[in-house]
Amino acid sequence: MHAKTIAELSHDLQSKKVSSLELTQYFLDRINRLDSRYNSFITVTEDQALAQAKLADAQIQQGNSSPLCGIPIAHKDIFCTDGVRTSCGSKMLDNFIPPYNATIVDNYLQAGTVTLGKLNMDEFAMGSSNETSFYGAVKNPWDINCVPGGSSGGSAAAVAAHLTPAATATDTGGSIRQPASLCGLTGLKPTYGRVSRWGMIAFASSLDQAGTITKTAEDSAIMLNAMASFDSKDSTSIDQAVPDYRADLNNSLAGMKIGIPKEYFSEGLNPETEARVESAIKEYEKMGCVIKEISLPHTHLAVPAYYVIAPAECSANLSRFDGVRYGYRCSDPKDLDDLYRRSRGEAFGEEVKRRILIGAYALSAGYYDAYYRKAQQVRRLIKQDFVTAFNDVDVIMGPTATSPAFEFGSKSNDPVAMYLEDIYTIATNLAGLPALSIPCGMVNNKPVGLQIIGNFFAESKLLNAAHQFQQATDHHSMAAPDID
Amino acid sequence: MVDFIRTRDQQAFSLARFAMENNVDRTEIKKLSTLARIEISDATIDEVTNSITDILSLVDQLQAVDTTGVEPMAHPLDAVQRLRTDIVSESNQRESFQTIAPMTEDGLYLVPKVID
Repeated sequence: MHAKTIAELSHDLQSKKVSSLELTQYFLDRINRLDSRYNSFITVTEDQALAQAKLADAQIQQGNSSPLCGIPIAHKDIFCTDGVRTSCGSKMLDNFIPPYNATIVDNYLQAGTVTLGKLNMDEFAMGSSNETSFYGAVKNPWDINCVPGGSSGGSAAAVAAHLTPAATATDTGGSIRQPASLCGLTGLKPTYGRVSRWGMIAFASSLDQAGTITKTAEDSAIMLNAMASFDSKDSTSIDQAVPDYRADLNNSLAGMKIGIPKEYFSEGLNPETEARVESAIKEYEKMGCVIKEISLPHTHLAVPAYYVIAPAECSANLSRFDGVRYGYRCSDPKDLDDLYRRSRGEAFGEEVKRRILIGAYALSAGYYDAYYRKAQQVRRLIKQDFVTAFNDVDVIMGPTATSPAFEFGSKSNDPVAMYLEDIYTIATNLAGLPALSIPCGMVNNKPVGLQIIGNFFAESKLLNAAHQFQQATDHHSMAAPDID
Repeated sequence: MVDFIRTRDQQAFSLARFAMENNVDRTEIKKLSTLARIEISDATIDEVTNSITDILSLVDQLQAVDTTGVEPMAHPLDAVQRLRTDIVSESNQRESFQTIAPMTEDGLYLVPKVID
């Protein structure tokens, strides 16, 4: 049962083959039995899940045919959940129980989902390996000596270990797509503004975007249908109608123009990863797509621009954690300044502190123009590369990550090496574009992801391209070993 | 015209400073830790200084790019802030918010004494 997709489970629920209560209990049992291996959950909300499942069963009895009604899911611990601890992977929020739900949490409750719990993540979503979590690293179900990717490492590991059929996640520089790639899953980052950020703990507000990690593109479409909405409480939410993302899944890809950016096949790319990505592109050619080499000339500047903009926004956003209104407070502060300095010094991890300091530097008097303004100008050049490319092509394809999952500790002492892990994903966050990662083969028994980038609001087209690939191949149905 | 020249000079000045002080030192990290209100222990300051120097050299590549006339980009869709009607839209939830505060009294947040 745990290998099934949302679409399959939904069919079972609607045809009364299984109840939501049975399904929920089944996944809770799996979490209790197996998650000590992976550490993917921070909090399991068993009682609440069982109550929600009973409610969903009653709704199904009454004829609720929403495809998500009764489906258990889990949320990245960055989304505020009313009455349930929301830690953001940090000691700072280890005791934080939000008095409200994030908009997307409400959206999913509205759709009838059951919440199994809250998922592990890099602290404040800052990391590409899930090694910065206050709650310990998450292990990759494909190889427990390797990282699951980050920052949504708990989301990816939990879906890969079949502890939940799907998970919510967030992506500021690749935090959905890279873990999806490293764990053999479908990870979708929608267009900036498509999904509400309200109640999602902010890291870099002009880049943060919520999305999903699922087994298939079809599930991704089902999940996005409920997640996407215009939200007046998020000032950057885009007021545009939400289409049915399943509507275009079965469209033919014949004639679709695919751009292959030569900069995404540069020296840092693992040759075997490259070979898997190239065979996936050949598969698209067989489906009638037209392949075209393109250039995104400012690609090499994406990581440098990001590491000015993201820390700058992070230093402003994280100034709210002051030890006064909620979260961690140091003991016996001698004065107000000591209260701030020690509460923040004791409760933030090394990576978070590092980024706050870089942000403070880039925004400080005398450096603003050389760093922050410059990075924002380069950001426009990067976006312009994509705008130009999309005049000629429908989607852009390339690798999601430079290599398959790496071992714990191999990059954690070298921040720059860790930052370069996101070299193929960061540019789309800077540009605000939607992108997804789908599994396209294995290297040394570890999954490799194909990244597909679309134009603004082209989620349907991305999901169509991904779904058609998953109809023609079976990379997405490979399961991690030893998960039974 | 005078304003224009002053702006240019300031830019030149900050770029010159950038070139000179690209390698941050311990004193600068101490200053940043004060600005950001984050205690950095003496035991870790060298490590923090080194990693920030590494990151700044990565970021350094931006300086080589000609961005003359390029408008800085703050929002991917160049959207502007939506305005709403100036009416009360939230109810008072002080009690609920203060139940999660470290220390409160009579509806107020408690901090160490600021004024003697």
